[in-house]
Amino acid sequence: MATLELSLEEDVTAVTAPRARRLGLLFWMAIGWVTFVFAVAILSDVLPLPSPTDMDMLERRAPFSFAHWLGTDGLGRDELSRLIHGARISLVVGLCAPIIGLSIGGALGMLAGYFRGRFETLVVGSMDVLLAFPPLIFVLAVVAFLGQSILNLTCIIGILGIPAFMRVARASTLTLARREFVIAAQALGATHARILLRELLPNVFLPLLAFFLLGVAVTIVVEGALSFLGLGVPPPISSWGSMIGEGRESLDVAPRLAFLPAIAMFLTVLSFNLVGDTLRALTDPRQGAL
Amino acid sequence: MSEGALLSIEDVSVDLPTPRGNLRAVDRVDLTVGAGRTLGVVGESGCGKTMLSRAVLQLLPKKAKLSGRVMFDGKDLVRLPPEKLRKLRGRSLAVVFQDPMTSLNPVLTIGTQLMETLQEHLELDMAAARQRSVDLLAAVGIPAPEQRLMQYPHQLSGGMRQRVAIAIALSCEPKLLIADEPTTALDVTIQAQILDLLAREQRRRHMAMILITHDLGVVAGRTDEVAVMYAGRVVERAPTPALFKKMRMPYTEALLAAIPKIDAAPHASLPAISGRPPDPTRPLPGCSFAPRCRYADARCQTEKPSLSEAESRDHLYACFHPVETAAEVSA
Amino acid sequence: MMHGTQPAPSDPLLDVQNLVVEYGVGGKIVHAVSGVSLQVARGETLGLVGESGCGKSTLGRAVLQLRQAVSGKVLFDGQDLTAMHGDTLRKMRQRVQLIFQDPIASLNPRRRIGDIIAEPLVIAGIKDPAERRQRVRDALSAVGLDPQLVIGRLPHEFSGGQCQRICIARALVLNPDFVICDEPVSALDVSIRAQILNLLEEMKARYGLTLLFIAHDLAVVKAVSDRVAVMYLGRLCEVGPSEQLFAHPAHPYTALLIEAIPVPDPDVRPAESVPVGEPPSPIAPPSGCRFRTRCPRADARCSSEMPELRAVAPGQFAACHHPLI
Repeated sequence: MATLELSLEEDVTAVTAPRARRLGLLFWMAIGWVTFVFAVAILSDVLPLPSPTDMDMLERRAPFSFAHWLGTDGLGRDELSRLIHGARISLVVGLCAPIIGLSIGGALGMLAGYFRGRFETLVVGSMDVLLAFPPLIFVLAVVAFLGQSILNLTCIIGILGIPAFMRVARASTLTLARREFVIAAQALGATHARILLRELLPNVFLPLLAFFLLGVAVTIVVEGALSFLGLGVPPPISSWGSMIGEGRESLDVAPRLAFLPAIAMFLTVLSFNLVGDTLRALTDPRQGAL
Repeated sequence: MSEGALLSIEDVSVDLPTPRGNLRAVDRVDLTVGAGRTLGVVGESGCGKTMLSRAVLQLLPKKAKLSGRVMFDGKDLVRLPPEKLRKLRGRSLAVVFQDPMTSLNPVLTIGTQLMETLQEHLELDMAAARQRSVDLLAAVGIPAPEQRLMQYPHQLSGGMRQRVAIAIALSCEPKLLIADEPTTALDVTIQAQILDLLAREQRRRHMAMILITHDLGVVAGRTDEVAVMYAGRVVERAPTPALFKKMRMPYTEALLAAIPKIDAAPHASLPAISGRPPDPTRPLPGCSFAPRCRYADARCQTEKPSLSEAESRDHLYACFHPVETAAEVSA
Repeated sequence: MMHGTQPAPSDPLLDVQNLVVEYGVGGKIVHAVSGVSLQVARGETLGLVGESGCGKSTLGRAVLQLRQAVSGKVLFDGQDLTAMHGDTLRKMRQRVQLIFQDPIASLNPRRRIGDIIAEPLVIAGIKDPAERRQRVRDALSAVGLDPQLVIGRLPHEFSGGQCQRICIARALVLNPDFVICDEPVSALDVSIRAQILNLLEEMKARYGLTLLFIAHDLAVVKAVSDRVAVMYLGRLCEVGPSEQLFAHPAHPYTALLIEAIPVPDPDVRPAESVPVGEPPSPIAPPSGCRFRTRCPRADARCSSEMPELRAVAPGQFAACHHPLI
C-alpha cells in the first residue's frame, strides 16, 4: 500500500559530483605561498642564516652576493635573515590579533544574535563606542602607558578587531536563529548551550573563518603601518613594516631595501585574501545542489 | 487552431550548463496559443514550465542555450534584436510572476511603477498616465485607487500586490499575458479572486494567456487547452474538457488522483505516485516517467515515446500504454 | 467562558483553555490568538485550518511553549504546560513533537542525517550509542528511507520530500504521544504530497499518535482529520467532525473556504460569487465577530456582540449569530 521512496541508489553517484569543485590554480598558488612563508618563519632559527641583528659596518647596503643573498641593509645586517625573522613577527601578530577578535567578538556576536533583548543592545552599543574611538590615538595611548612590545601590539589590534567579528557573527546568527532547525531543537527540549554549540556554531563558524583570514591580511598591513610609524615592535627586532620604514631612508640609493619587504607583505596579504574569499564562496553547503 | 496562432513555440529546447553536467530544462516542446485563448501549463517543480515561459520572454539565464523558434505575432523572438525585444516585452507581451513582492520594486510607489510603464511604452503625458493608472487599479479591483498610487508595495497585502502586478501587466493592452504561478503565494479565498480577475480581464481585452501552475484544479475551469509537462517534455496536450474527460497519459492520471479531494472520505489512502522525478542532468533513454509508472514495460525503459496525435486531432500524448478507461474525477 | 460549551472529549490528551497569544511588532500589538479553546482526544487527528496570518501556526507553537501565552492554559495529559519551566518543561516537550512546513530549513545544513535524528535521543539522555544507533535506524526504516544510504549524508543532498521524511523520523525517534504538524505538505509537489500524507497516516497508526494537523488547504486537512477546527483572525469559527463540517458548514467563513477550492473538473465552472475583500490586520481586528467585514450575513449585532462557540449540530460548534444551519 504505502509507496515508499526507496529509490535512493540512483542518487549515490549523482551526489558526489558537486563536491569536487575546481578551486583554481590561483587558490593553490596562494596556499603554496602561505605555506612557504610559514615554513621559513618557523624554521628561521635552524636555517643556516646569519643573525638578523649582527651589524657589519663595512658591508652597508651591500648588493646581492653569495654571502648575503639579498644583500645587507643600511646597518650592514643580512636582508634575507631580517626578512625571514620579520615574517615571524608579522605572522605572530597577524594570527594572534584576529584570534582575539574571533573568540571574543564571535562569542559576543552569537550570544547577542541568539538571545537578543537587552544583552544585544548592550553589546552592539559598546561595540559602537569602540568603533567610534579613533584607533591611532588608542594605540598611541596604550603604547605610551604600557610600552612598546609585541604582546601589547597584538592585544591592541586584537581588541580593535572585536567589533567587526561581532557583527559578522551576530548577522549570521540572527538569520540562522529564525530558521526552523533551531526552533526544532528548542522543541526537542535542547538547552540554550546545546543549541548555540551544536546547531548554531557549525553554521556560524565558516563565515567567521573566512572573515578571520581576511582579518589576518588586514592585521599584517596594520602591523606594518604601525611599525612604519615607529609604534610597532621595538628595534632591533625586525618586522616587515619596520623594514620598509628603515628602507625609506635609503630609497634613492638602494630601493630594494624598502621594496623587498613590501613585496613579501603584498604577496602574503594577497594570498590570505584569496584563500579567505575562496572559502567564503564555498561557505554555503548547498551551493552545488541545483 | 493553428491558423490563428498568436504564439507558436516550435521545437524549443533549453539547456543549462551546471557543475553536474548539462541540464536539459526544456526538451523539444511544441505549443501554440491562439489569439484570445488560454493555455494551461501544468507540472511539478523542476518540470521546466518556468524555463519554458522564460524562453518565450527571452529572459533566460545568460548561460542557457536555446534552440528552436518562438514565433510571436509573426516574429521570431529568438532572433529579434534586443532593442525590438525590449519594446515588445511589457507592451504586447506581459508577465505576472508568482511573488509580487519580488517583482515589484520596493522603493518606488505603485503610481511611479505603473506610470513609468505607461509613459515608456505608450508615450502618454503625466496627466494621462495618471488617469489611466487610476482606471487600471480600479479595473483590477483595488479600492481607493487614487490613494494607492502614493503607497509602496510593502504597505499592501499579498493579494493587493498581485492585483497591482496584474494592473502593470495589463497597462499596455498586451496580446499575450504569461501568468507564472500567479496565485501560489496567496490564500485560497484570494486565489479565487485573482483567477476570476484574470479571466474577466482576459475576456474583456481579448487577450491570450498562458497560465502556468502546479495545480490541475486551477487549470480545470479556466483554460481552453492544457499541456502537462514532466521532466522538460510535454507529455500530454488536449483541450481542457477532453483532457479531464479522458486522460491518456498515466502521469496526468496519477497526478490528478494524488490530489486530496474535498468530497473524499477522511483517512482514505491517497493513490500516491511513488519515487520522484528523474535527475534532469542525467536523462533516461526511455520514457522519463517509466520508473514511476505502473503501466511501464521493457519498451518504455529503452524507447522514448513521442507526442503523437493518437486520440484525436488535438489530443496528443507521449505514451506507449495510454490509459484506456475514461479517467473519472475519482471521489 | 467558551470552555464548557465545548464537547470535552472524555479524556483529552491536549486541552487548550482560552489561550491568548499577543506579541509586539514595531511597537504595535499583534493579536495572534485571542481566546481559543480546543481539545484533542487521544488517538485523534484534529485539523486546524485557516488562511495565512490567522494565528494557526502561532497556536501550534504556543502549545509547545515556544511562544509565551498572555493568558490561558495548555493542559497536556492533565498537566499545565504554561506553568512549567526549565527541566520539567524540557522533559514534557519530548512527548510533543513538531513537524514544519519547510523540511529543508528545519534540518541543520551542516550536520549529518544520522546526527540530526540522534539529537533528540542525546537530549533525552540516552547514553548508550549502540541503542541510539539502533533507534535511528528503526526510525529511518519506518519512514521509508534506507538507513545505510542516508545516515552519513548532509541534508542538501536530499529532495524536499525526502527531507520531510527525515523530519518525520526525527519527530518519531523518541516515541512521542503527540505530534504537531505545521503545514507539513504545503512546500511539497503534488505527487510527493500524497506520499507524505499517506506516511503520516501510517505512522499515526504504527506509533499510536495523536495529531494536530495545521494547514491552509481544506482538502488536505480533510484527508487526514477526524475533526476540523476553522480559525479566522485569531479566533475559532467552527469546530466539528470533518465530514459533517464539510458537508454542512455552519459558519459563513467555512462555507467561503470550501467554495474557494479549485475543483479539478472543467464542468464545475468556478463560482464568481466569492465575496471580495481580504482579512483585516490582526493588529486591529474588527469589533464583535471578526469575520463580519467580509461576511454576506453580517448585521449590526455582529459588530457589537462577539459570537461564542455554540452547538449547531451534534458535535459541531460554530461562533456565528447567523449560522447557515
